[in-house]
Amino acid sequence: MNGEPISLLNAGGNFTSSPELPFETDSTDVLALYNDMLMARTVDTEAIALQRQGELGLWPSMLGQEAAQIGAAHALNPRDIVFPTYREHGVAWCRGVDPVDLLGLFRGTTLGGWNPTENNFNLYTLVIGAQTLHAVGYAMGILRDGDVGTGDPDRDRAVLVFLGDGALSEGETNEAFVWAAAQNLPVVFFCQNNQWAISAPYSVQSRVSVAQRAQGYGFKGVRVDGNDVFACLAATREALAAARAGQGPTLIEALTYRRNPHTTSDDDGRYRTLAENDAWAALDPIDRLRTYLQSTGLLNDANVEDISRRGKALAEHLRAGCRALPFPGHASPFQNTYADLPDELERQMNEHLEFVEAGE
Amino acid sequence: MTAVTSRMPIAHALNLGLRHAMEADEKVTLIGQDIGQLGGVFRVTDGLQKTFGDHRVVDSPLGEAGIVGSAIGLAMAGYRPVCEIQFDGFVFPAMNQIITQLAKYRHRSEGAVTLPVVIRIPVGGGIGAIEHHSESPEAYFAHTAGLKVVSPSNPQDAYDMMRLAIRSNDPVIFLEPKRNYWLKGDVSTSTTTPADLDKAVTVRKGTDLTLVTYGALVPVAMKAADVCQEEGRNIDVIDLRSLSPIDDKAVVASVQRTGRLVVAHEASRSAGLGAELAARIQDEAFHSLISPVIRVTGYDTPYPASRLEEEWLPGLDRILDGIDRSFTY
Ligand SMILES: Cc1ncc(C[n+]2csc(CCOP(=O)(O)OP(=O)(O)O)c2C)c(N)n1
Repeated sequence: MNGEPISLLNAGGNFTSSPELPFETDSTDVLALYNDMLMARTVDTEAIALQRQGELGLWPSMLGQEAAQIGAAHALNPRDIVFPTYREHGVAWCRGVDPVDLLGLFRGTTLGGWNPTENNFNLYTLVIGAQTLHAVGYAMGILRDGDVGTGDPDRDRAVLVFLGDGALSEGETNEAFVWAAAQNLPVVFFCQNNQWAISAPYSVQSRVSVAQRAQGYGFKGVRVDGNDVFACLAATREALAAARAGQGPTLIEALTYRRNPHTTSDDDGRYRTLAENDAWAALDPIDRLRTYLQSTGLLNDANVEDISRRGKALAEHLRAGCRALPFPGHASPFQNTYADLPDELERQMNEHLEFVEAGE
Repeated sequence: MTAVTSRMPIAHALNLGLRHAMEADEKVTLIGQDIGQLGGVFRVTDGLQKTFGDHRVVDSPLGEAGIVGSAIGLAMAGYRPVCEIQFDGFVFPAMNQIITQLAKYRHRSEGAVTLPVVIRIPVGGGIGAIEHHSESPEAYFAHTAGLKVVSPSNPQDAYDMMRLAIRSNDPVIFLEPKRNYWLKGDVSTSTTTPADLDKAVTVRKGTDLTLVTYGALVPVAMKAADVCQEEGRNIDVIDLRSLSPIDDKAVVASVQRTGRLVVAHEASRSAGLGAELAARIQDEAFHSLISPVIRVTGYDTPYPASRLEEEWLPGLDRILDGIDRSFTY
């Protein structure tokens, strides 16, 4: 549990099955995994470029975490619901959120960006750990709705909540684990241990692995190679299936590495070495899947061309879409603060609108 | 330590204040996220871990309740902890420790235990940030008995007030106007007594209207006073510095001369510092008032998406408008 993470697809692109984590490669569309990992990287690359051009204020890059995110997302059923942090661009992509909508928060045009009720993908949560409790509460709702353990695949559902290794130190995350365990809730905690919480290495947070911590709460912890999309998919599948079946929570640790600075504002040269980064670049999750696909003959000129064309279109969509994101209306801060606008707030809104108009 | 004067931004003045406090008292201990090797996300603690070691500059796990809660324990053990909360919007996990424990322990122990904890928080907007990075939470703290709440507006005060806050035997919420971290000014490290931590300072003398503010809005208020000067209006500008306790004597004395008061703050309007000042002025200077007290503030909404912050924030134009409203009443 605290030992080596389970790996199915090694850095050389070789698949080996593991008795600890059963997985058949023909149980999934491997090419779709590859496609989505590349699209996630495209979103990330374009967003970084847009930030450099001054179009975004900030961007938290997910470079290196594609296998963890795409693997986990491919284990979801449409009725499952996701609670993300701020770095789950790849999961958002798989859930069908328009990636342009991810940019609004970082462009300063919105505090949200998408309708969280549409794709079962909640809004990004910037306050570390807060979403873990929301996931727990949602899982309580699912349980009360009777949508757990019926055996009907169209009915049973579960919650998948993402968190970082740093988030494990927040009290709220501890409370979420306690609740999930005490009530045997249909929730899967997916921790991308990218080994850094800004400048704090994982050793600042814990002396045992992420997965091992689950034991103290009384539920299962699984540690997988976070750069191995098969292992991430298999572990999440198993955990979600257990949750939907009424067998309670799981904590998955996907051991990976945040290859870019924390955000575009961070200077990681102050706290870590290039050598460490290079070592993880050599374990790139996309490279190893490509090698696997090539060796199995699943990749051919036609689909390579196809994916590349889609990547280019996505990049273009992001560049144009970002600049076209609507400027928020002058009255927007006042709207939806309450169900009904209180009198005092209406006065303030009118004062504001008059002032803005006078200045225009 | 011989006194020197040099020009530096607020962030460096805070750093120097911390450094000198740590040199003067080995019990001063810093706790916060990313404050060691990284020097804090705003570099306010830059280099301090290198000088004082990781026992005195502690990179904390990612939990604010942990930062403040353990600071309380450290203080009980005789230390003087200085906590850094990374951004205004992230202090809330620590609110329980601040409000139910830190603020009350002296009172509960009938003075037997004091908790000299400083909690530094970068506050305020205007930096184009994402949500939770631009908030002004001062009223929550000012509403809590047992806490001192202060905010420097310039490098000299940043240096002086940091040292005074650390020396204070009461817990101090130390609000740093983040958008002015790089605003420069002269800083003298002279050991002659600076203005008390809880005193307001008149930063510009005037006779026609009193303009009270603090933190990041002080330079904006000074600009507003310049503009008014051209129109023949003399504005008395007061930098409140301490938001709890409030130096209302200074404000009352000024309003008794000018008859007009405008209060400006970035924080939302309702139940804010402006409301408190208005109440105190009507208590103490009712007969001096020529016009109602005007509040120029952030609105009672969540802090907006950054593309709207310039118009949402009380800037120069809105302060001038408030001043106009007072004169044309
Ligand atoms: C409650 C809270 N405290 C502090 C922060 C500032 N902060 C933003 S990200 C971060 C590190 C998060 O690390 P981790 O949970 O490992 O996730 P990662 O960023 O590595 O994906 C910190 C300290 C915050 N967002 N929320």
